[in-house]
Amino acid sequence: MSLDEVPESRRERDLALDKLEAQSVFVIREAFKKFDKVGMLWSIGKDSSVMLWLVRKAFFGHIPFPMLHVDTQYKIPEMIKFRDELAKKWNFELIVETNWEVYNSKKTFPEGNATRVECCSALKKDALQAIISKNGFDAVFAGIRRDEEGTRAKERYFSPRGKAFEWDFKDQPPELWDQFKTDFEPGTHIRVHPLLHWTEVNIWEYIEREGIPVVPVYYDMGDGCRYRSLGCEPCTSRVESPAKTAEDIIVELKRTKIAERSTRAQDQEAEDAFERLRAEGYM
Amino acid sequence: MTAQPKTKSSQQPATPEDNQALEAAPLRIVIVGHVDHGKSTLVGRLFHDTGSLPEGKKEAIEKSCERRGVPFEWAFLMDAFKSERDQNITIDTAQIWFATDKRRYVIIDAPGHKEFLKNMITGAAQADAALLLIAADEGVQEQSRRHGYLLSMLGVKQVFVVVNKMDRVGYDQAVFDNIEREYRQYLSTIGVDPLGFIPVSARDGDNVAERSPHTGWYGGGTITDVLDDFEVPARDEKAPLRFYVQDIYRFDHRRILAGRIESGSLSVGDKLVFLPGGKESTVQSIETWSAPEKTTAVAGESVGITLSEQIFVERGHVAAQAEGEQRAATSNRVKARVFWMGQKSLDVGRPVKIKLCTAEVPAKLARIDRVFDASTLEVHTSQKDKINKNDVAEVEFVTEQPIAFDAADVIAPSGRFVVVDGYDLAGGGVIYDAPYDVAADAPAAPSHLPVSSEERSRRFGHQGGVVWLSGKGPRLEFARALERQLFDAGFATAMVDDGLLEGADNRAVLACARQLAKAGLLCIAIPPERVVPRFAGVAQFFPVRVGREGDSPDTLVVDPEQTGLADAADKVLAHIGPRLKRGVEEWFYEI
Ligand SMILES: Nc1nc2c(ncn2[C@@H]2O[C@H](COP(=O)(O)OP(=O)(O)OP(=O)(O)O)[C@@H](O)[C@H]2O)c(=O)[nH]1
Ligand SMILES: [Mg+2]
Repeated sequence: MSLDEVPESRRERDLALDKLEAQSVFVIREAFKKFDKVGMLWSIGKDSSVMLWLVRKAFFGHIPFPMLHVDTQYKIPEMIKFRDELAKKWNFELIVETNWEVYNSKKTFPEGNATRVECCSALKKDALQAIISKNGFDAVFAGIRRDEEGTRAKERYFSPRGKAFEWDFKDQPPELWDQFKTDFEPGTHIRVHPLLHWTEVNIWEYIEREGIPVVPVYYDMGDGCRYRSLGCEPCTSRVESPAKTAEDIIVELKRTKIAERSTRAQDQEAEDAFERLRAEGYM
Repeated sequence: MTAQPKTKSSQQPATPEDNQALEAAPLRIVIVGHVDHGKSTLVGRLFHDTGSLPEGKKEAIEKSCERRGVPFEWAFLMDAFKSERDQNITIDTAQIWFATDKRRYVIIDAPGHKEFLKNMITGAAQADAALLLIAADEGVQEQSRRHGYLLSMLGVKQVFVVVNKMDRVGYDQAVFDNIEREYRQYLSTIGVDPLGFIPVSARDGDNVAERSPHTGWYGGGTITDVLDDFEVPARDEKAPLRFYVQDIYRFDHRRILAGRIESGSLSVGDKLVFLPGGKESTVQSIETWSAPEKTTAVAGESVGITLSEQIFVERGHVAAQAEGEQRAATSNRVKARVFWMGQKSLDVGRPVKIKLCTAEVPAKLARIDRVFDASTLEVHTSQKDKINKNDVAEVEFVTEQPIAFDAADVIAPSGRFVVVDGYDLAGGGVIYDAPYDVAADAPAAPSHLPVSSEERSRRFGHQGGVVWLSGKGPRLEFARALERQLFDAGFATAMVDDGLLEGADNRAVLACARQLAKAGLLCIAIPPERVVPRFAGVAQFFPVRVGREGDSPDTLVVDPEQTGLADAADKVLAHIGPRLKRGVEEWFYEI
């Protein structure tokens, strides 16, 4: 965007967003070039919707690889509606995976037959591994950010995962001057994280500027409550908020001192619950 | 300099100007230093004292410490892994966001243990500025020095030294002064000029966000003041264009060259030259999606362009302006300073891969000039065939195909590369010398010149070049002695100073010296301002500081008042002689 067209008050924000965008586009293009078979984990939340938008920026409107959705069957219903509508409208390939075995056997938290973490492990982590191995992906994009949580703050843009999908976080590859790990042993794969350097506020600023569609439940649902982070309905709670637009959310986030993932119950089960899930391959 | 203490801003509502600054891209600060000196603790305490911790975080840390039966640890804010908390050590670098009244920051915490040096480098390579911590009770240690060296290699120029754990030494000024003296001495030998030193106790919050009552002898500001005094590095849009091709897309009727502009700028209608190869074409359009149309793009942007004449270009080629700007150098020999992080040593002759921007080539280490310990600066004199983990060396690589690059002090992004050994990124290199084609930045192609630079070199027996004298010593007297010495050694010499060019500034002196160098002469330049230009535009450019300061990696320092004029001149001759003559031999023995 040319600087003269931007109102003075928005110039600094726009330059900062341009910089975030340029870095993400570079990462996305790098992965697309270096790996034969790539897919993008699309959780239908705000972050992966921004990531999908950045794919279109990188490839001038095109979406040259499939979106992958791990459907636990417990998702907030508006998410599924949004997913199917957008896939049709933007005409991209969508691969959906569910761990039907566990879901049908009712060994899940909502059925009262598993802890939250066990449930996440089966319905999310195992289904994710299935989607990767069934399709033979060398690399999958995931829209995680460093500001979300302590172990994500230590991630790399290109993060290798072992043959058993494990994350060896004690021995991560160096990453400098935007040179990433693009050489890897057969049987392992790479998680690519194009949004690592964004914050939650940046995400909303970009959604606002670009007019990116998001699931409507991020805004006040009519009862003064909204979702701040989307997940499975039984384990995700809403926050009290009258925010009706992206700009309202930006103002709200700049004031709050409540952590983003505090509405995600599974993170709270044990100090290192999330770390263990991630070490075993969860995003 | 010390950080300027500021009066605490009263709780007034923020003005629109304040909001502007707080919307700008954050400044990235890395915290480095020896293991256990309190880096992560400083981050935790800083967040607490500035009211930046998320709700419930302090209580969560309290619980986590109680469970382990240890006293409260601020470091747990950053040390998120269970194994980090269990052992009270940082394993991997982490990043966290933070704002003062002045602006936003990304704080990058780095590990201090030698075993995790690659993680420290990962963190530091992304930073605009650094805080280097030294614990007052232990003083300057191995990683304090190594990290200082690596910061300078990685191009982090703004460094502020934090002397931590002042509570352990009774806030004693003498301890602080001794550390400052010792560490300044070390930094000066590696050419680093720290912005200042500050005494703190990270654990207790002394001089973190509030001035400490225990350090009355210290007149400077707090850590937050130090952060606010760092400068935002300027975007390099004026430098010569380097657009490295990342990929070529044909999703539709368009053939789009995608890539990032590493320096300079390009506009629709510009004639570009692609290196290696030298093919030329014109920018037809800058492509965008869901964004306003644009005709110019600048450093930092990831763009896509189309060309008016289709030429063969692939990933790894770099576009420069065909006219009016210095082109990248092209060679299959790369001279660099490297640091090695691999478990396996890097051996002369063993096949590896070099990745420089988007270029990737098989390469071998051809020669090691010098290997040294980046902490003690001790040179391993007998070691000429391999570089071990954590060591630094001056080397020459030979690549399978020629690649296009720059000297890092000319254009940083295209002057550095990584080395891939097997599957692993195991080393980094900073190029200190690039064989620029002296004639290439002139508008006419070499064949149009009446006399080529090769012909001139053969006539004179050496390449043209510029010796640029800075420093506070007796420059004119030294220049005269130096010219005599160089002339006697067989060089065709010339001298330029502001006396010769009446009222000239540094630019004019440089322009004149550059012309003489292009004519094949070795020109000694005495600029009116004693600074070294960021971009010289001459392949063989030798900054020499005449004065009393210590050696720095990139500038030769001579001290004629100490050693005598003849010895000082000899030192310069020994440094540049082989470089200017080696170039000539290479034309005859092309590899
Ligand atoms: N007395 C005192 N102890 C401190 C101070 N700062 C840190 N410590 C203690 O020093 C120990 C190491 O602190 P860390 O912050 O983990 O050190 P670090 O530099 O981050 O260590 P690595 O990241 O592992 O290199 C902890 O036990 C801290 O409580 C201080 O100002 N005074
Ligand atoms: Mg630490």
